Amino acid sequence: MKEKTGAQIFFESLKKEGVTDIFGFPGGAVLDIYNEMKHHPTIRHILVRHEQAAVHAADGYARASGKVGVCLVTSGPGATNTVTGLATAYMDSVPIIVFTGQVPTMLIGNDAFQEADIVGITRPCTKHNYLVKAIDELATTIKEAFHIVRTGRYGPVLIDLPKDVIKASTSFHYPEHLHLQGYKPTYAGHMKQVKWAFSEILKAKKPLIYAGGGVVSSGAAKELTEFAHTLQIPVTTTLMGLGCFPGTDPLSLGMLGMHGTYRANMAITNCDLLIAIGARFDDRVTGDVTKFAPYAKIIHIDIDPTSISKNVRVDIPIVGDAKDVLKKFRSLLEEGKKTNWRSSRKSWFAQILKWKSRHNLDYQQKDMIKPQYVVEQLYHLTKGKAIITTEVGQNQMWTAQYYNFEQPRKLLTSGGLGTMGYGFPAAIGAQVAFPQEMVIDIAGDGSIQMNIQELATAVQYKLPVKVAILNNRYLGMVRQWQELFYNKNYSATSLEVSPDFVKLAEAYGAVGLRATKTKEVIPVIKKALQSPKPVLMDFIVEQEEGVYPMVPAGASIDNMILL
Amino acid sequence: MKHTISLLVENKPGVLSRVAGLFSGRGFNIESLSVAQTLDSQISRMTILTTGDDQILEQIIKQLNKLINVIKVIDFKNNEYVGRELALIKVTVTDKTRSEILSIVDIFRGKVLDVSPESYTVEITGDENKINAILDLFLSLGIKEVARTGSAALIRGSKSRVVRNKKAGNLTSESTHITGEEVAHREED
Repeated sequence: MKEKTGAQIFFESLKKEGVTDIFGFPGGAVLDIYNEMKHHPTIRHILVRHEQAAVHAADGYARASGKVGVCLVTSGPGATNTVTGLATAYMDSVPIIVFTGQVPTMLIGNDAFQEADIVGITRPCTKHNYLVKAIDELATTIKEAFHIVRTGRYGPVLIDLPKDVIKASTSFHYPEHLHLQGYKPTYAGHMKQVKWAFSEILKAKKPLIYAGGGVVSSGAAKELTEFAHTLQIPVTTTLMGLGCFPGTDPLSLGMLGMHGTYRANMAITNCDLLIAIGARFDDRVTGDVTKFAPYAKIIHIDIDPTSISKNVRVDIPIVGDAKDVLKKFRSLLEEGKKTNWRSSRKSWFAQILKWKSRHNLDYQQKDMIKPQYVVEQLYHLTKGKAIITTEVGQNQMWTAQYYNFEQPRKLLTSGGLGTMGYGFPAAIGAQVAFPQEMVIDIAGDGSIQMNIQELATAVQYKLPVKVAILNNRYLGMVRQWQELFYNKNYSATSLEVSPDFVKLAEAYGAVGLRATKTKEVIPVIKKALQSPKPVLMDFIVEQEEGVYPMVPAGASIDNMILL
Repeated sequence: MKHTISLLVENKPGVLSRVAGLFSGRGFNIESLSVAQTLDSQISRMTILTTGDDQILEQIIKQLNKLINVIKVIDFKNNEYVGRELALIKVTVTDKTRSEILSIVDIFRGKVLDVSPESYTVEITGDENKINAILDLFLSLGIKEVARTGSAALIRGSKSRVVRNKKAGNLTSESTHITGEEVAHREED
């Protein structure tokens, strides 16, 4: 067999895995891979302007499509720039693979030019990582990485490629099977546990489903919706779970937690059975854990055993894939006798209806643009069908509250790590995966500036991503905390100087639009949506608008600051 | 509470660092640690002694299970295992203490490995308490230096956590990960 170089093996292996897009940035250590690229036209390379954006773009690509996102960067600073992206993907369980160049093996540890121990640095923020020390390990390592990222609880993997390994040659054989002794994720929920949980569900008078990102990853949105409808159980979702249950469904209570709806948080506090599916009881969800769902038995379905009883002791743990367990519930349901669940839970629904009629999400409409209004109009004008990414802070919470997500994989947001600068490159990644879809980044004037250089990427590859900046001239969420908990001491949160975003967009060859009055919002959005180009929309919004309801950090979640 | 955790891991670079990282990341101290290859050169056994809050340790053990390179994690309960460590103690000797030291070594079934006019180097094996006991006795006589290994531990009885894979002729682990049932039983207890 003719031998192949490491660079050739890299591309051949990616093709075997069905990879069609890579986000990357070249440099000395990966020149051989870039040199080889032209011989592999089925793989498209998107040149970003900062390595962090390459990882977020691969992440957005993966979240939107469910495929593995791939990223390629050079050694040293190229590699260290991927750390935030990796940590973001790790916290939100996103299947991406980051290939980093490395100095030649004989120079490793010598403080060589552009050397960094990226495997050491990223060990705590990857699901697994590899340093490929010999060419013969390359194909197997890539195969393992693809297996690991998209099985069990998804997560990022990093592969470090020393330059001499990429240059070396060997016979290429892409392995069919893998033998990973220490890695055998549990998919099938244990039947005894499932039956136990099911009997509790039948008994419950005030049940509630609390669904998270695991439902999205598992592809179990349909099963969840069917389960909730059949048994007539109300559903609240986490930020990561938005869209796994239709936001406009009568059973939907919206998001729970720190900026959750009044009804969702009240339902959590009063339910007698909480069915957590693919969620991890994050502190932004639970508030004071000792007062979280205090009257409820808790069923927890999760593919990751480490998530179970981590923050909140659960009564009935089920380790397994959400889809598998929901299917098992369905088969148990088919065996049992038919019941009119709605009427048997009459008083619970009456109570929920009361909560629903109070403290709804609301804001005061004025001449000055309200950020919530912008999100609402984006929702109406895209008919709720766009892929929405967000940055982090107020823009993210208003999006979660005012854009009713009907389907999974439509909201891409950094939930766990809370990475400002995530949304725009993630939108680019989503647009690469779905060139025909409308992709909108809902941003703040602070966070958009963390990766604004990617305007060049969007323009270069003709990716018509739209960015809606809710421009309040503040780091809004931090300012809100200062207003509420730090005596309005707005320390370092005023963004006194920002670029003229319209001119900036134009300077990059994109379209810039601005709205300063409420009546200009709809025309600006319409114009942006019709444009075949990337568009930056600058909405000059009310400066000191806050996100409400809000549960102060560490308080119980029924302790809400309401509007 | 004190825990003795035994791990079967792949014998690869970086594995120790991954394991240690789970402890250090939570501010937990590893009191002792021993690592060596098993009969299968591709697999190592680590024995870790640590102390900490039970719930956090349970979390660490689950996380250890989750590491790709970790094949098996066993958290030994009291008396379920035998554990031994080895200590080399360089103790000061004088004409007055020479015979006393030799008789202590004898009582503890130790060995004198090296003799010099002013010191003996003594080898002692045993569980942690036994080693601590002899160290206490020697302390008043003068200890120049001590080197202690971590504990090596195995489960009692004929049960084995490793099975022989006849086909391949080497040792591989049996079931590798916490299953739903195992978690369930733990929760039921």
